[in-house]
Amino acid sequence: MLELSILWPSILNGLTTGAVYALIALGLTLIYGVLHIINFAHGAALMMALYGVYYLQRSLGLDPYVSLAVMVPTMFAAGYLAYRYVIGVASHGRDENILLVTLGVAIVLENLALFLFKSDTRTIDTAYTFTTVPIGSAMIALPKIVAFFGAAATAGILLLIMRATDLGRAIRACAKERQGARLVGIDVEHVFAMSFGIGLACLGAAACFLLPAYYVNPMVGNGFVLIAFTIVVLGGMGSFAGALVGGLLIGVVESVGGLWLGESLGQIGIFLIFIAVLLFRPQGLFGARA
Amino acid sequence: MRQLAAIAVFAVAAAVLPLFITSGVVLNTAIMILYTALLGLAWNILAGFGGQFSFGHAVFFGTGAYAAAVLQAKLGWNAWATLPAALLLGAAVGAFIGALSFRYGLRGSYFALVTLAFAEVFRILANNVTFTGAGVGIMVKLKSGAENFQFATKTGYLYVILVFVVAGLVLCWWLKNSRYGAWLQAVRDNEESAAALGVNVFRVKLGAIALSGALMAAGGVFYAQYFQYIDPGLAYGPGVSIEALLGPIVGGLGTLWGPVLGAVLLQLLGEGTRGLFANAPGVSLMLYGALLVLMVTFMPSGVLGVLRRRA
Amino acid sequence: MMLEARNLSVRFGGLAAVDDVSLAVPRGKIVALIGPNGAGKTTVFNLVSGFIRPDHGRVELEGRDITRISPHEACRLGMARTFQIVQPFGAQTVRENIAVGAHLHHGSRADALRAAEAVGERVGLAAHLDKLAANLTIAGRKRLELARALATQPKILLLDEVLAGLNPREIDEVLPVVRGIRDGGITVLMVEHVLRAVMNLSDEAWVLSNGRLIAHGTPREVTADPAVIEAYLGHGTAARMKAAYA
Repeated sequence: MLELSILWPSILNGLTTGAVYALIALGLTLIYGVLHIINFAHGAALMMALYGVYYLQRSLGLDPYVSLAVMVPTMFAAGYLAYRYVIGVASHGRDENILLVTLGVAIVLENLALFLFKSDTRTIDTAYTFTTVPIGSAMIALPKIVAFFGAAATAGILLLIMRATDLGRAIRACAKERQGARLVGIDVEHVFAMSFGIGLACLGAAACFLLPAYYVNPMVGNGFVLIAFTIVVLGGMGSFAGALVGGLLIGVVESVGGLWLGESLGQIGIFLIFIAVLLFRPQGLFGARA
Repeated sequence: MRQLAAIAVFAVAAAVLPLFITSGVVLNTAIMILYTALLGLAWNILAGFGGQFSFGHAVFFGTGAYAAAVLQAKLGWNAWATLPAALLLGAAVGAFIGALSFRYGLRGSYFALVTLAFAEVFRILANNVTFTGAGVGIMVKLKSGAENFQFATKTGYLYVILVFVVAGLVLCWWLKNSRYGAWLQAVRDNEESAAALGVNVFRVKLGAIALSGALMAAGGVFYAQYFQYIDPGLAYGPGVSIEALLGPIVGGLGTLWGPVLGAVLLQLLGEGTRGLFANAPGVSLMLYGALLVLMVTFMPSGVLGVLRRRA
Repeated sequence: MMLEARNLSVRFGGLAAVDDVSLAVPRGKIVALIGPNGAGKTTVFNLVSGFIRPDHGRVELEGRDITRISPHEACRLGMARTFQIVQPFGAQTVRENIAVGAHLHHGSRADALRAAEAVGERVGLAAHLDKLAANLTIAGRKRLELARALATQPKILLLDEVLAGLNPREIDEVLPVVRGIRDGGITVLMVEHVLRAVMNLSDEAWVLSNGRLIAHGTPREVTADPAVIEAYLGHGTAARMKAAYA
């Protein structure tokens, strides 16, 4: 049906996009796994991070990969504060409430961006924007390859934090048993805020890897939100392995789907997968049966 | 009974408005308030009475809007004739999504997500299919005259949207005072208990989403006729979905007047900020978003909820 | 027989929650299902009322096979149940709560509300009819559970620990209500821990332990049965008690 010479670059491109998707989904799945919050503001936060990377390059001349050092801590701080003073306060514990609160935050962020930056789509130019690298028979853009390894590295660091540090242990404890964690002296609200911060920090990194090969406007968040949710649900809510595998899978589906049906219609494959997973296997590939 | 009387009073009051007000701007505001109230009434049926929060209600709206536009533009139907077709289609889409979602036990956040996904699927389809005009959208041709659901002055539109809103209010009144409505609210409050009391939970939820879809589709038809243009983003985009839920949350979820009150408050807020920020893009929506967060945090049962507690 | 269960079994993962349970509830009697915590009594209720499907076995209501029906169908056929952990419709009033049950047989809102009021008075909730269900005490909520189920005009009523959490005075107030229900022609199957109620009210008792039936008889017979004593108090207790009180 499709020749390998066309399929191969499509798969590779899909994997590179998928790696960044995986990084975005990691943040979302962490937030869900620990806080049981479905963060509707995830896409909007990514959009703000993308603007951050954009303006760091435009006004300060910072290369996006250098901006990692700025974006990751900034997004972490933003996430921590947002949870501590807005989302944590508003949740009152009820599921629908949190849904609506994060939706509200998303609306605020999107329109703030619209107000500040207007609706134009922007891209950045770097020395390597058009450089391509041959892999087998395919020519893959360099920024995409950097994105792949960058996302993988960030994911690795995140997993290391979760497994090997005290904070990681505290996070896992709070995720499993809130009351129990309190009883052993863990400051649960602080840990929640840290988790939210880490989730957003992943977005900061993702933005740095994403912008050189992509673009930004106030509405990009919407597209990413659904894709991120698809990956998280496909991989299993709260599962890191799921987010990684799911991200790569969805990246490839989007790319190959676009090949078959055209870029716009190709996205439909993702949402159909999403609906199918929600209906027939809501625990996803790696999730525990609820 | 008292509530029915209140609806009648409201209907009459709104109907005589054009006798005193001739300013097109004010009439437009009244129309927009009623239009937003209609969307809210529709969303409230499923969320407030049924307990299922949809984040993709645009899927029903867009279906109605495109039904009106396509049936006129491609099949030459009379505008009014498209209304029953739109209602049926809205109900059918509702039944389809409901049958899938409820059959597999989707609730809470998962249900909200699936509605979002469906809206997006429909948007992508509409964007890529020539039948719906693809990305360019469809224009409803100018065909002046009440028999074509197009009016020379705003007054005509006001009456039409008023009739829709009153129909919605009566529907909600019926939900508050009927067996079906009692069953629906029981399902909202506790599905298991409702089942143990003989309520067919699946059928009841299905009915609610079909009703909600139909009423929302009516809003879509009105939009198509009032603005005479529809495209995938307007029809199925997140804007409409959010517009539908803001009113009831602000005004009072699961109440009769909540969506109307919410629509009024939101419109006033919007007008107020427009004055302050001189039409800068996104400001009023930003405030709506902030309002949503504030309402959910401090007044989860809406303005009506607070008023009721004081009474 | 009003209700018959034959060879009911269900496993959750590796655990046999209910293992080959057969019991029968005669029409017009009050039958108790007792046993230590975790014995599987509520699971039996869930199997019988359609909330869980059994892996094996059969359930018959008045001779009709109801093994695979859904909960709302069971209710429509005349089997009503209450829940161990009460689940009122919190945002609605007591009258509105009961009316949901009444609507099974009353299509009109006014009729259902009237019927609800009557049922509410029967169980002693007359003074609370316009209160929000969420504002009731635990005793009130238990009565509301009872009233809601009664409003569906059942042939058989399954009561799941309707006395749990009540103090002795409240228990004394509920006992005559249950008796009155039976006297009115409704068969009652009750899961109960409060022994006083079991002894006072029930005509027969079935004892469940670790998913299996270990005894059946009148309350007096069953409470003297060594196997039953052991199930509640531990291995060897029966013999020790006998030795101690000999």
